[in-house]
Amino acid sequence: MASRSSRPFLRGVADGMPFVVIMVPFGALFGVLAIEAGLPLAQVMGFTTLVIAGASQFVAVQLMSDGVPGAIVVASALAVNLRMVMYSAAMVPHLGPAPFWQRVGISYLLVDQTYALAQSAFDREQAWSVSDKVAYFAGTALPVFPVWVGSTWVGAVLGARVPESWQLEFAMPLAFLALVAPMLKSRAHVAGAFVSVTGTLLLWWVPWNLGLILAAIAAMAVAAEIERRS
Amino acid sequence: MNVWWIIGALGLGTYLTRFVFLGLIGDRPMPDWVLRHLRYTGVAVLPGLVAPLVVWPEGGTDPAQLIAAAVTVAVGVWRKDVISAVLAGGAAFVALGLLS
Repeated sequence: MASRSSRPFLRGVADGMPFVVIMVPFGALFGVLAIEAGLPLAQVMGFTTLVIAGASQFVAVQLMSDGVPGAIVVASALAVNLRMVMYSAAMVPHLGPAPFWQRVGISYLLVDQTYALAQSAFDREQAWSVSDKVAYFAGTALPVFPVWVGSTWVGAVLGARVPESWQLEFAMPLAFLALVAPMLKSRAHVAGAFVSVTGTLLLWWVPWNLGLILAAIAAMAVAAEIERRS
Repeated sequence: MNVWWIIGALGLGTYLTRFVFLGLIGDRPMPDWVLRHLRYTGVAVLPGLVAPLVVWPEGGTDPAQLIAAAVTVAVGVWRKDVISAVLAGGAAFVALGLLS
């Protein structure tokens, strides 16, 4: 990572900045689309503050404007968020010993960006104490929330969206790839990533993003088996 | 009112997906085989999360995006540094856009 501050909190803020910046167009787009779908501002902001999971919010608003029954809207959007269960489990060895109230807060802010940053840093910084890890997580997470909520509000109220010709939507996959690549440090890691990519693409037809979950479970099993044999 | 029910249920459900293990297990010890699987959560979920966005983006497959993604991964593996990987991939994408 670029910053070498010894304070985990500040490291977290610095490492998280690029990811916070690329959230802005997504937050704004959600605001625009939710208003266009006919939601009042209070409900748009309700989604963004209570759910904080962009992809599932897009799914929910799309299905609602298609007139799908509420229970199915909720079930479909929750399926899109199932990967968060894996994030929650993966954080236990690192953040499990933290006080309960801290884990309550961390759970609220455990999104793709904060999970990916935390996993990458915790793998690297083996010497960090639990409170160092909590501080790092807080550093990555605290800017995420106001920026996500603020950009949704800007999209909803001002109808502001980034011109498509900027092709900014490609920044998101690029940033995650840059975060994953340094994690590929053993045969087991490389094999896991390979199964993850090929599995998700092969299972793309499975509804509600469940192909990703199946591919991820297969990838973990393959990687763990390679580690066990070596 | 129905919309608020959807928002509330989805918010609560999503919170529970994030809380279920971290909140409920806490620092109770987990078996070795579970920990061995969890060590690979990052490489198991994140590449699959972005793969469709790179290979099948909304506007259709774009060779410039595929090459930029390959450059990002190559530089990231080689330099072990996130920022140089993003900059290299972004520069490749912009350069290919100017050429085409």
